[in-house]
Amino acid sequence: MIINYIPILLVIAAAAGFAGLVVYSSTLFGPQSPNKEKLSTYESGMKPVGTTKERVSVKYYLVAMFFIIFDLEVVFVYPWAVQFKKLYNQYGISVFISMLIFLVVLELGYLYVYKKGGFKWD
Amino acid sequence: MNIWEIIVITLIKILIVFTLLLLTVSYLVYFERKISAWAQNRIGPNRTGWKGALQPFADVGKLLLKEDIVPVNASKVVHTLAPVIALFVAFTTFAVIPIGPDIKLFGYNIQLVAADVNIGILYVLALTSLGVYAITFAGWSSGSKYSLLGGIRSSAQMISYEISMGFSVAGVLLLAGSLRPYDIVYSQSGWLWNAVIQPIGFITFFVSAFAETNRLPFDLPEAEPELVGGYHTEYSSMKFASFFLAEYANMIISGALIVTLYLGGWHFPWLESFGLAPWLVVAIQILTFIFKLAFILFFFMWVRWSIPRFRYDQLMNLGWKVMFPLSLLNLVWVAIVVMYIKP
Repeated sequence: MIINYIPILLVIAAAAGFAGLVVYSSTLFGPQSPNKEKLSTYESGMKPVGTTKERVSVKYYLVAMFFIIFDLEVVFVYPWAVQFKKLYNQYGISVFISMLIFLVVLELGYLYVYKKGGFKWD
Repeated sequence: MNIWEIIVITLIKILIVFTLLLLTVSYLVYFERKISAWAQNRIGPNRTGWKGALQPFADVGKLLLKEDIVPVNASKVVHTLAPVIALFVAFTTFAVIPIGPDIKLFGYNIQLVAADVNIGILYVLALTSLGVYAITFAGWSSGSKYSLLGGIRSSAQMISYEISMGFSVAGVLLLAGSLRPYDIVYSQSGWLWNAVIQPIGFITFFVSAFAETNRLPFDLPEAEPELVGGYHTEYSSMKFASFFLAEYANMIISGALIVTLYLGGWHFPWLESFGLAPWLVVAIQILTFIFKLAFILFFFMWVRWSIPRFRYDQLMNLGWKVMFPLSLLNLVWVAIVVMYIKP
C-alpha cells in the first residue's frame, strides 16, 4: 500500500530539512574574519606540499570492485531468505540445494580472487 | 485512519524521535567522556552543571559561535554537501526501528515507530550505504592529504564490512521470513533470540557494526597519530558538529539494530506469564529495549578502552578472510535450523 510510505517521505523531508538547517547554522553566529593563513590547508603548521588530486593506489579500486561483485550476491540472497519458509514447505530441500549451488559458485570466485592475491594488503 | 491523521501523527512522532535522538546523542558524548575518564582513572567533565551534566549544551554553544572555515583548496559545494549527507543518513535511519509494541492513545492505535514499512531492513541497509558517500565526499573535497587518506580508508573499510553485515542480516531474514522490523522482533519472542540461535551471525554483525561506525578498534579513518582528524580535519563550527553528531547517532542506530535483529527487541523473557496490567507490560517492554540499547552502547565504549587499534592490513584481512566466510557459514546454518530444528 502506497499510504504506508507517506511517513517515510515525511521522515526523509524532515531529516533533509534538519540537516540543511544545522549545516547552514554554522555560518550564522560565528565571526567571519578569514585570512590567508587560516584558509590554507592544514599540514601541522608547515607550508602545504603537493596536491591531493593525485592517483590513488589501485588496491582501493580492487576493493570497490570486489564490493560490487559480492554485494550483488547479497541482493540475490535476500528475496530467497525472506521467502525460504514458504518455498521449503512447497518444494522441499531443492530450495536449499539451489541456493547452496549459487553460494558455492560465489565461493569459487572468492577462492580465485584469494589465489590471485586480490586480498593481499600491504 | 485517513491521510491527514496519518500525516499529523507521523509529524508528532518525527518531532519526538528527532528530539530524543538529539538528546541521546548529547548525553552519549557526555557518558563517553565520563566512561573514558573512569577507564583512565581521570575525573572527566565536571564543571558545567551538576557533575558536568550540562557539558553537551556548552559544547554545542561553543561550536555554534566558532568561525566557519572553508579552505581555499576545498571544492565548496561538495565540502558543504558532505555533512548534510552524514546528518541526513543518521536521522532517516532511526525512523524505522520500533522501540516497543503498539499502544492505545486517545482512541488511536499508535505504533512506537516513526514509519512502519514492510521493507524496513532493506531501507536501513540502503541508507547506511549512503553514509559512505558523506565520508568519501568529505575526504576528497577538503583538499587536504589527511582528509583524503582518511576518506579513502574509511570507504574501503565500510564497504568491506558491509558484505559480511549483509550476509549476517540474511540469516535473520531467513528465520523471520520478513523484512519488516516488527515481524523480526515478534519472530524472537521468549528467550529464543537470534543471538542464541545464530551466535556466529550475531558476532559477525556486531564486529561489522564496529567497523561501520568507525569505532575503535576499527577507527583507522581518524587515527589521530597519523591522520590528525581524518576526513573531518578541514571542518569547523557546526559542520564539524554535524559529523560528530552523525557518528554518535550511527552508534545508537547500530546498537538499536543489534537489539532489534539479534537481542529480541523489546522482549523480556516470560513477561506474559507474570500476569501484570497491560500498561505495565508495555512500560517494562520499552524499558527493556532502552536497557538493552544502553548496555550495547556501554559495550562500544568498553571495547574502545580495551582493544588497541588494528593495522590496515589486519583490518582488511579480518573483514574479507574471516568475517565474510563466517557470515556465509552462518547463512547455511540458519537454513538448516529452519529446515530441521525449528519447524
